[in-house]
Amino acid sequence: MWGSRGGAFVFFPADPTTCLLVAATIIAFSGVPGLLLNRPALGQLIAALCIVAASILGELGVIALLSGSPASTCRIDWPLPFGPALLSVDLLSTLFLLPLFLVAGCASIYSVAYWPAREKAGAGKLTLFLGLFAAAMVVVVMARHGVLFLMAWEVMALSAYFLLTTEQQSSEVQRSGTVYLIATHTGTMALFVMFSLLRGTSGTFVFPLSHSISQAAPAASIIIVTALIGFGGKAGLMPLHFWLPGAHANAPSHVSAMMSGLMLKMGIYGILRTLSFFDVLPDWLGWLILLIGTWSAIIGIALAAAQRDLKRLLAYSSIENVGIIFIGIGLGLVGQRTNNPYLVICGFFGAFIHIINHGMFKSLLFLGSGVLIHGTGTREIDRMGGLARRMPVTSPLFLVGSIAICGLPPLNGFVGELFLYVGAITDGIVDPLPLAALIAPVLALVGGLAVISFVKLYGIIFLGTPRSEAASHSHDATAAMTGPMILLTVGCLVTGLAPVLLVRLVTPVVIFFTGLAFPDIVRVTSQVPLVPLTIVNIMLIFLALVIGVAYLLRLRTSPRSLGATWRCGYLEPTSRMQYTGTSFSEMAVGLLGTIVSPSIRRPGLATPIPTAQARFDYTVTETVLDRILTPTLQWVGLAFSHLRKVQNGQLHIYILYIFATLFILMVWPL
Amino acid sequence: MTDIIIHCAVALLFPPLLLGVIGKTKAAFAGRVGAPYFQPYYDLIKLFRKGSVFSETTTWVFRAGPVVTLSATLIAVLLIPLGRHAAPLSFSGDLILFAYLFGLSRFFTTLAALDTGSSFEGMGAAREATFSCLAEPTLFFALITLARMSKSLTLSTILTHPTLATWLAAGSSMLLLSGALFIILLAENCRIPFDDPNTHLELTMIHEVMVLDHSGPALGIILYGAALKLFVLGAIFVNVALPVATGDPLTDWAIFIVAMLALAMAIGIVESVMARLRLVRIPQLLIGATILSAFAMLLVLR
Repeated sequence: MWGSRGGAFVFFPADPTTCLLVAATIIAFSGVPGLLLNRPALGQLIAALCIVAASILGELGVIALLSGSPASTCRIDWPLPFGPALLSVDLLSTLFLLPLFLVAGCASIYSVAYWPAREKAGAGKLTLFLGLFAAAMVVVVMARHGVLFLMAWEVMALSAYFLLTTEQQSSEVQRSGTVYLIATHTGTMALFVMFSLLRGTSGTFVFPLSHSISQAAPAASIIIVTALIGFGGKAGLMPLHFWLPGAHANAPSHVSAMMSGLMLKMGIYGILRTLSFFDVLPDWLGWLILLIGTWSAIIGIALAAAQRDLKRLLAYSSIENVGIIFIGIGLGLVGQRTNNPYLVICGFFGAFIHIINHGMFKSLLFLGSGVLIHGTGTREIDRMGGLARRMPVTSPLFLVGSIAICGLPPLNGFVGELFLYVGAITDGIVDPLPLAALIAPVLALVGGLAVISFVKLYGIIFLGTPRSEAASHSHDATAAMTGPMILLTVGCLVTGLAPVLLVRLVTPVVIFFTGLAFPDIVRVTSQVPLVPLTIVNIMLIFLALVIGVAYLLRLRTSPRSLGATWRCGYLEPTSRMQYTGTSFSEMAVGLLGTIVSPSIRRPGLATPIPTAQARFDYTVTETVLDRILTPTLQWVGLAFSHLRKVQNGQLHIYILYIFATLFILMVWPL
Repeated sequence: MTDIIIHCAVALLFPPLLLGVIGKTKAAFAGRVGAPYFQPYYDLIKLFRKGSVFSETTTWVFRAGPVVTLSATLIAVLLIPLGRHAAPLSFSGDLILFAYLFGLSRFFTTLAALDTGSSFEGMGAAREATFSCLAEPTLFFALITLARMSKSLTLSTILTHPTLATWLAAGSSMLLLSGALFIILLAENCRIPFDDPNTHLELTMIHEVMVLDHSGPALGIILYGAALKLFVLGAIFVNVALPVATGDPLTDWAIFIVAMLALAMAIGIVESVMARLRLVRIPQLLIGATILSAFAMLLVLR
């Protein structure tokens, strides 16, 4: 393991807390030189270099903590009446900091080429808020004080708003920005309630110690439920996910990568942190989280399969992945209540490993989507095609990301799911009533739908022939954009081939969070085929290479000719006749019926010879937002518009209001 | 050691014969003599010696498709116990990896189909992806049921556990499982009633239409991979449905081979007496199979 706790093997001499706080400060102010210098490109470069340097420092701090060096607590005596604020870092925080610094560093390098300050407006703002956003997330994970946490949380939420509305001229961006702002503040409201109740229970805003609050505390259930609402909304759990697709789709791609890879995880962090306060958790909680996770996973990926917008597809798949993470947490909690250590360990291992993995492959895919948008000028999957030839570097990187996110071996996405499967099937073997075992078929279904979504995504975008003029003139990105993607790809490959690395990384976190002993954990993880998985993965790659080389040698010696694709006798094919992404997923979407229900407008064919111009429309609506929230809120708005009559702009009436209010207050028997 | 050698030899050499037996059975039903039993071997040899035609649209993904698919299937073969003998590669939790290897091969087969830019192949790819997605939960229900019976997470234990005694004790559950597994076997290998491997209309095909553009050695690899897949899923079915164990290794091997040939004949009979289902009916049958296997799981809970 990573050396014994207490510092027998200390990787890095400095204190992790100091290290991380210095990193956060550098990141937070990285955008400031850009505002002061009158050469925006230079400012952007300085910011990127600052963030990369700070990220390396931050990762060193994380590794130091993982290798056992103790973290100090930083105390800020501020003049606010909430008591001194505390900042510290523990093993649960490292789980989130590890991908955070990796992705933030990658995104900052990427932004230099993706949003060059020389050519595009708003780069200064983008750089400033990118730094603030990343630094706020570091502070969120480190805050040990309710008010400080909420402040950092708001800085994170608001800088995300300013980042995603970078292209504020577009009405779509404005709308999704507003929806995001409303959603995030509704969530924060729930968090206000939660932290107030927490203060009422523990007597201080400083976070209580782990397992120090009794489940019998009167507000315990309400604290947990408000945390689920407030943090679950940020994580993108169904049905509080409605802000997510629009926000992820309309933000600049490196911001989408950070929002999806990192910000969603802050919601998960919040829930895990809140749960750690309690000594025992209620019985229903595990099942509730399991249910919400299952729901998010299935519906998220079903909606992803139906999307036509590249980034919306990725956004819905984020909901699916958050669902998978919650399935893991739910399994773990159920296991804790039913005293099934295998469920606890497999569940939390699966969830924690998936948190790290999702940070890597989803960021990779979002960065890739930026390259595609850059090259083709569109987000419509059905207008792309044939990009594998035009983007020889991005294409294989995107393929690796797609395989990883489907959870297929030999990549890292499989590792997290493997733990969940082992937990579920073990439950199927030993539990008298194996309800948790039903997770295995559910995950299989989700995996199948993920294959549909990502075969569609990769196949329609990169393969075949270009479906539009723009796609046929697209080009690959520069090294500043592909470099970060290569780094993330290598991360996916290495952790996929050597899952033991991930398990080692996560083991201290699981011990910290569950309080189980190391031997108990090893007893369960030895049931999970980690070393065999490495062997099989290497065999698979070796076999593919051998067969591939044999095939290529055979091709060399045998006659070969080029021709057009066989079109079943049709002679004049055009690229518009290819199967589109929409048609690819149409069958699956049709089967899912009411879950997805796209609105399809077919051209009217009332007369035998159609006269008017015909048009076929296929839009996937967002049920919660478009069919429930928007109509309801419109109705509420209409109802409240009657109240506006009260505000008539006449001074004497206003004075009358004041008088009436005072009069009522005086007469009211108190 | 001997068992490992026999395992590899049987797994590598035997599968195409299954296709030959299916073809012969169908020919017998149609009143024809039919192609010789070894015709698939001749076909493979012929294809490996042929040249290739590539479409100008295709990229390296098209060439990688058959290679990755075959590699994944070959690894899957190593995980499956044959004829009551443990598999050469067996470890706790291998059943999950087994299921996901098919996912990987499907990923690449469908991508290779989309690489041609033909709408027919796109259609086939969409169908393959959709139907397999529905078949996947069935496999897991079946595996959980069998894992519960054998109290193990290892395929070699799970699949060699059913015996005649198991059938007598939990007959109903085993019957439901066998039914569900047979449906999955037919669906995953694109046999009638799901897909007709001999059809001549591209619009109605699933698997065959995906490989329309592959030629020469690549087509050979695909054909061989398909035979292997039939062999692997068939071996699972045989292990569950015909759990005969004598204790003598060689006799067990012989029984296994005979059982596989009988299975091939059964598939041939099904193909001869049934018509292809309409495309819209296929999901219903697949979901039906899922429910069958879920029932089987429910029954072993008692």
